[in-house]
Amino acid sequence: MFLRHCIAGGLLAALPALTWAADADIAALRAEIEALRNQYEARIAALEARLAQAEQSRAAAPAQPAPVNTATAFNPAMSLILSGTYANLSQDPASWRLDGFVPSGGEAGPPPRSFSLGESELMLAANIDPYLRGEFMLAAAPDNSVAVENAYLQTLALPQGLTLKAGRFYSGIGYINEQHPHAWDFVDAPLAQQAFLGGQYAQDGVQLKWLAPTETFLELAAELGRGHNFPGADRNKNGVGAWSLGLRAGGDLGTSHAWLAGLSYLHTRARDRRFEAEDVSGNSVSNAFEGRSNLWLASLVWKWAPGGNPAYRNFKFQTEYYRSREQGSLTYDLDGTALTDGFRSVQSGWYAQGVYQFMPRWRVGVRYDRLTAGTVDAGANSGQLPILAPYDPHRTSVMVDYSPSEYSRFRLQFARDSARRDATDNQIFLQYVLSLGAHGAHAF
Amino acid sequence: MLKRLFACCLMLFAWPAHAALNVFACEPEWAALARELGGDRVSTYEATTALQDPHRIQARPSLIARARTADLVVCTGADLEVGWLPMVLRQAANPNVQPGRPGYFEAASFVPLLEVPERLDRAEGDVHPRGNPHIQLDPRNLSRVAEALAARMGELDGANRAHYQARLADFRSRWQAAIARWEQQGAPLRGMPVAVHHKVFTYLFHWLGLKEVAVLEPKPGIEPSAAHLAAVLEDLKRQPARMVLRASYQDERASQWLAERAGIPAVALPATVGGTPEARDLMGLFDDILNRLLAAQGRR
Repeated sequence: MFLRHCIAGGLLAALPALTWAADADIAALRAEIEALRNQYEARIAALEARLAQAEQSRAAAPAQPAPVNTATAFNPAMSLILSGTYANLSQDPASWRLDGFVPSGGEAGPPPRSFSLGESELMLAANIDPYLRGEFMLAAAPDNSVAVENAYLQTLALPQGLTLKAGRFYSGIGYINEQHPHAWDFVDAPLAQQAFLGGQYAQDGVQLKWLAPTETFLELAAELGRGHNFPGADRNKNGVGAWSLGLRAGGDLGTSHAWLAGLSYLHTRARDRRFEAEDVSGNSVSNAFEGRSNLWLASLVWKWAPGGNPAYRNFKFQTEYYRSREQGSLTYDLDGTALTDGFRSVQSGWYAQGVYQFMPRWRVGVRYDRLTAGTVDAGANSGQLPILAPYDPHRTSVMVDYSPSEYSRFRLQFARDSARRDATDNQIFLQYVLSLGAHGAHAF
Repeated sequence: MLKRLFACCLMLFAWPAHAALNVFACEPEWAALARELGGDRVSTYEATTALQDPHRIQARPSLIARARTADLVVCTGADLEVGWLPMVLRQAANPNVQPGRPGYFEAASFVPLLEVPERLDRAEGDVHPRGNPHIQLDPRNLSRVAEALAARMGELDGANRAHYQARLADFRSRWQAAIARWEQQGAPLRGMPVAVHHKVFTYLFHWLGLKEVAVLEPKPGIEPSAAHLAAVLEDLKRQPARMVLRASYQDERASQWLAERAGIPAVALPATVGGTPEARDLMGLFDDILNRLLAAQGRR
């Protein structure tokens, strides 16, 4: 018992010594930890400083471009447009004609019945050097023919607001003529565009534009070309076959409204501009026009977007007026009677359309087309060609389209087309327009 | 006396240089920055307002006319303006501001870009190959851009180089102090989970440490659909967010719909100067963003 007490007493006596020893250890540990901490803090501070330095030098240096294959780095921007339609037409599209007007022979009339492929457009564009930019557009038609629609150079560095274009390009006359078909708000071109410019007027030539240094957009344009497309025709002559002048003005009204107005004049000369038409007994005969053709074109585009933000709601109104005067001679039935006499005509046409995006992705639109036969004097040939008897074609179209993204669009369009004097064509179209690849910005 | 006369003569000769440097700014933040750096030596034109979506601008005639007379075009770049600026510049027929010339300034070239896509495919929506272009909402980016912009303005307008550098130094000292203040104010926001309409606040979150847990757009640039919103709502049940954020130019309906059902506030933040009445200038922009975030968090 005593022994036990002694041991306990000894232990108790030893405890302070033990705790003292432990205290010394803890103090040593603390000191060690403190030293470690100081060391780490110093290292962390150094690292932080290095990080800050790295961040700063990274900020100073421009963002590193991703490594690229240098062989392909300079490839032009490429884009492909795919389109297709389903058409339900109450009249035979083969019998489509614009009564009262000389056939333009261009891309006129509705697409074929049932399913059909639209034009597939392949576009390549790039800067050539610091001074020039090139653009090329190939259109593959559904009949497997391929056409060079655009192939031109455009200057980048001319002074004084000048821009020169040369090659083959859509003429800058009017508004819709310069738009590629995939940018149209309806499946087809306005009737007046089909009657007076063969759907789309492309020029082989040069275009000079001058932009005034004013706050209001003011642009003058002049074009010289061969004029081999309708309303001209190839004359196999040196010099200039067609020329045009144009003035465009535009601006904003507040933040929500923007407008663009234009007035253009196109002068073309034609030799042996052939067209097929039925004679009084219903046989198709070949005829030709030779002479001068003048076209005045006035256009107005007005766009509205609340606060200038078109992402949710926007409205676009577009109208153009065409007035054509042709003077020369007409040869009737080239392969038969071949009777030539003077020809004079003054004709006009217009369209107006409105397209409203009422919520993201969805738009509705309505368009009205009207042509005025005006006066047509074919001299001795008057009455030989029933198509030239006075008639005012007209058409009403409504459409709704849905765009899942900026690169795809699906459209449903109804039209009552009274282009023929004896029948009204009820048309239903379903269309898709898709844009693949680098798709450039659209003009206003 | 002679010195003063000499100074007067100098000023007289220097007069033409005082004709303001014409700056065409693609977005209001760059116009504001150019004014901070240039003062009365610059005249700025803002091509877009804070209530417009800078991705979706039409190449309006008024923009073309203004780009024609500009000495310096200041844009975000990184393809933010790809849908309209190339057309505007091409039609403007102004060789001095074409890409590659000193008169063309891309802010995104001077900051490290976030969210650089690994896969380039339009199936991913409206992706920007170089990265997220909404760089203006990290104030540290603005000081980087300010430095480069002041240098560029001095390059184009040598007579005022010292003026631009002096204003840059002044701006930077005020800006650094402001950043320190904002970072202190924004400390409680660190780690806060949020849902966003469009990935417009990536740089803001990167700076303040907010956590983006949901995006209302199914793919960048594609407006939210009902089906996608319902899916986002389900996601938020598992991973809750404290608030739904949108830029003030974005439609409020999608974020309101989600906010009501998730029982969290919907907050419109100015994405740039002028986005709210309080965001009158660059300082006001960040003051207002922080105020709105803290208020929605319940701290103000």
